[in-house]
Amino acid sequence: MLAFNFFGATEGGLFDINATLPLMAIQVVALTYILNSLFFKPVGNVVEKREKFVSNNIMDAKNKLSEVEKLEADLLSQLQSARSEAQKIVSEAENESDKLYKEALELANNEANASKEKARLEIENQTSSARDQLFKQADDLSELIVNRLILEK
Amino acid sequence: MFLNSLPTNFAALEVGQHLYWQIGNIRLHGQVFLTSWILLGALLVFISLGTKKMENDPKGLQNLLEFLWDYIRDLARTQIGEKVYRDWMPFIGTLFLFVFVSNWGGALIPWRLIKLPSGELGAPTADINTTIALALLVSLSYFYAGLSNKGWRYFEYYVHPTPIMLPFKILEDFTKPLSLSFRLFGNILADELVVGVLVFLVPLVLPIPVMFLGLFTSAIQALIFATLAAYYIGEAVEEHH
Repeated sequence: MLAFNFFGATEGGLFDINATLPLMAIQVVALTYILNSLFFKPVGNVVEKREKFVSNNIMDAKNKLSEVEKLEADLLSQLQSARSEAQKIVSEAENESDKLYKEALELANNEANASKEKARLEIENQTSSARDQLFKQADDLSELIVNRLILEK
Repeated sequence: MFLNSLPTNFAALEVGQHLYWQIGNIRLHGQVFLTSWILLGALLVFISLGTKKMENDPKGLQNLLEFLWDYIRDLARTQIGEKVYRDWMPFIGTLFLFVFVSNWGGALIPWRLIKLPSGELGAPTADINTTIALALLVSLSYFYAGLSNKGWRYFEYYVHPTPIMLPFKILEDFTKPLSLSFRLFGNILADELVVGVLVFLVPLVLPIPVMFLGLFTSAIQALIFATLAAYYIGEAVEEHH
């Protein structure tokens, strides 16, 4: 008989320890295996799968965010370079038009000067030729006068 | 034990009476097994219902079971440590669930309405056999955990800071199961007795706060038992440097 009593009672009592003890232990061990296969394993699988899924998603999102930030920086630098390029082109065009304007101005000036010079030369020529003619006429006239005076005498 | 013949028979108290089952040469406390089978059956039905159709988006019962699983994992992980808590989580969880279901089942279900030829149904944990069985399982577990993880170096634990500790550490191996079993047994039995006496003396209203206190104590005892078991296992597998 496994039963024995602390308090001297022949039967029963609070501290009546008997075969209930080992059988209960076996029952709890069996329950551990049953709960392991029925509860801890399946629920653990689902929970850990989800935790993995969530952490993977978070990592994915982080990667994507960093990629987006990289692309944004890239775009910004591209924008910056495009802007400076445009600035350069604009200033180049300004220079070019300035140059063209100056050239055209110079050309026009030269042309004007040349025609002015030409006109002046012509005027001078005409003046001198007119003067020559005048002198010549004066000479002719004076000769005529002289001749007439001489002939009449 | 007393006053079985009163008209308020459900309030009568029986202490130390058992429903004996005789199988060959051995005797068992039948009422302990009856209640434990009913409660564990309910627990298993509850768990199979909750894990029948596991989904990635937990709903209803599955949600509750996942919460429970997470709670037990946290308990095991904080006490045992990251390295081996997985091996011991089912054991710690089973202890917690068994003690919790036994305590609450004993407190919530009006077992006294069911008449037995001898003794009465109640929380399985109010029987010293059950609590000693659980406590001895814990002792075996922490020895096994220590020896399987560290081999013979496990016994370094006994002389850990200094060899002076040796007798105390050896004594601890006896006091651990003793305190585990008697704490649980005493708390649950005392709760049942207090509620029983109060129901017997004042059957109306007055026992209700004590019943709530009993539910609180029951839950706390389950948590304490599981936490201490996990702590002992954690202590056994801990590496000293």
